[in-house]
Amino acid sequence: MSAEVSARPAGPSLGSRIVSMLGRSRELTLAGVIFLLCLVVAIQAPHFLSISNLSQVTTLAAIIAIAAVGESLVVMTKNIDLSVESTIGLVAFVVADILRQKMLPGPAAWAAGIGLGLVLGMANGAIITLFRVPSLVATLGTLSIFRGLDFFVAGGHEVNLADLPAGYSDAATQAFFGVPLFVILAIIVVVVVALVMRLTPFGRQVYAVGSNAEAALIIGIRSRLVIFLTFAICGALAGVAGVLWGMEFGTIYATSASNVSLQVIAAAVVGGVAIAGGAGTVVGAAVGALFLGLINNALLLLQMPQELLQVIYGAVILVAVSADALIQRRERRLAAEGAIQ
Amino acid sequence: MTDPPDTIPGSGTAAGAAPPVTMRRPILQRASGLLRWESLLLVVLALLVLEGTRLSKFFLTGPNFANLTSAVMEVAIVALPMTLIIITGEIDLSVESMIGLSGAILGSLWAAGVPIEVGIVIVLVVGALGGLFNGLVVTRLGLPSLVVTLGTLALYRGLAQVILGPTAISNFPAGFTAFGFGNIPGSTIPWTLIVFSALGVVFWLLTHKTWIGRQVFAVGKNKDAARYSGVRVGTLKTALFVVTGVIAALAGVILAARFSSARADNGTGLTLVVVTIVLLGGVDINGGKGTITGVILAVFTLSVLQNELRLAGVSSEYQGVAVGLLLIGSVTAPYLARQARSYSDRARRGRHPPAGSVEGGEVV
Repeated sequence: MSAEVSARPAGPSLGSRIVSMLGRSRELTLAGVIFLLCLVVAIQAPHFLSISNLSQVTTLAAIIAIAAVGESLVVMTKNIDLSVESTIGLVAFVVADILRQKMLPGPAAWAAGIGLGLVLGMANGAIITLFRVPSLVATLGTLSIFRGLDFFVAGGHEVNLADLPAGYSDAATQAFFGVPLFVILAIIVVVVVALVMRLTPFGRQVYAVGSNAEAALIIGIRSRLVIFLTFAICGALAGVAGVLWGMEFGTIYATSASNVSLQVIAAAVVGGVAIAGGAGTVVGAAVGALFLGLINNALLLLQMPQELLQVIYGAVILVAVSADALIQRRERRLAAEGAIQ
Repeated sequence: MTDPPDTIPGSGTAAGAAPPVTMRRPILQRASGLLRWESLLLVVLALLVLEGTRLSKFFLTGPNFANLTSAVMEVAIVALPMTLIIITGEIDLSVESMIGLSGAILGSLWAAGVPIEVGIVIVLVVGALGGLFNGLVVTRLGLPSLVVTLGTLALYRGLAQVILGPTAISNFPAGFTAFGFGNIPGSTIPWTLIVFSALGVVFWLLTHKTWIGRQVFAVGKNKDAARYSGVRVGTLKTALFVVTGVIAALAGVILAARFSSARADNGTGLTLVVVTIVLLGGVDINGGKGTITGVILAVFTLSVLQNELRLAGVSSEYQGVAVGLLLIGSVTAPYLARQARSYSDRARRGRHPPAGSVEGGEVV
């Protein structure tokens, strides 16, 4: 009997142990994949490792990472926010417009932008929790409504860097000890939110609501309040991303940041945030954003067609969620076999 | 907080004193609720038409009718299979990219000298394969269709961009483009309206008169119960995704014909419109409920509304706001109506407690 027990798992154990290890630590797996990707690109195109290229890649990835942190909180509660790209675009435009018309000084304009993001996120949260509209439907609607507001504010115009106060986009190129300012900001956001998720009741409640809403309700968690708060945070962080987006690109159109939602959701999913809710970390989402940014850069440096980017983003989402499903199925089967023995 | 005491009398009476009376009421209520949604849509449509005649004396003319219907036929035909998908509790966000991909493939085949008829057949097959991929990943891996079709939304759009790049194919044959925006000779009925009408009849029969439709509703109401009563849930859902893919590809053909141009970004943003039509048509986003009649009414409501916004000089950028509001409104309105009804029911019950229900509540 004991010989059989020890012999049986020995065969599949190495493979399955690797698979379940990969499944358990998505951050680690992703870090390995990123390392390999960097190695290949660096060999093919040495310019990849130049300071200017690396800071550009990480600066862009930092903006996506900040939005992805907010998105992952929403996804952890088993919801989704498709409207982040419109929030980013609207905030970027409004902040630039405020500065162009010299209505507010820099920091106040940034705060106004983040506040606007917060309000838009709260609007999403209110529609979803008060009127019981599924988040998919609500944010599909606000994706279009917020973009419409953007068109309204823009009125067919764009804001050029030349119209903006001098030094507006300096922050996008600033660095401390070689680390771009935006990357430092993203790290601060990730660390703060990660600590909140780990150490506060709110963090545990987010996971609880996502993994079993009914059980969460029974033990007294106010699920709808938690969901509302995640959408508010998601909106505020999209607001931060919008402020940074404006600085990074300088010229802002009413259509700025179109299609970014997909990238933000892909970053969260590839970073191991389970789309079925209840699992994942914001660190994973940020690493996912870095991974997607590096792929974009690799296509550029290896002179591959940019059109491939959408294909790769789509494939990355599908591969990440399929891998999750397969690993989960395998673990469930192994657990069942263990239970039988 | 007030829900639990409310459900206890309900279950008490179902098992208790006067089942025939209490059983009949909710069914009647549900039927009248559905009826009310469609008649409400009809009233809204009538009001919109009235408003249209006020806006412009050309509103009620044949050419304007052709204009306002042909502008929505692509999304209208996709809304039919999407209705069934949503009734089963799934969703397909990738349809707009399939519309783009189908146009891109058709355009590049035509540019390479393939006859247009052959090209159309090929893109319909591509649509079926795209739908099959969606369906298999959703059902075999047990993944939420939301995220799978979000992935293929990017994937199919990306393939369209890889195939066509930034170019546009626009030298389609005259007969083909006439199908896109032409009318039946001697009338103001667009060819594409004929396609939609035919598909509408087929889907109405399929949904409301066949065992397939009954299975679709059964799966949407209770997936496990449907499975235990012999419905092959996975096969049914996969088949629906395949049909949706084929019809989205057909919509891509129609769109390319109507614009007489195939571009990789054809159809961007149309998923929003399709889902809006379905939900405006009274289909429950949580699955299990809905009618093709409602969706067809929603098609015309939306097309008249869009036409009037254009007549009123609202630019296409702001029309998205209207569609977004309509989408959220068509989910919120029934919920608020339900809330209001349950409040008034509760208030009435409070004043004149029906003997049975109170007794049942106390016994249980």
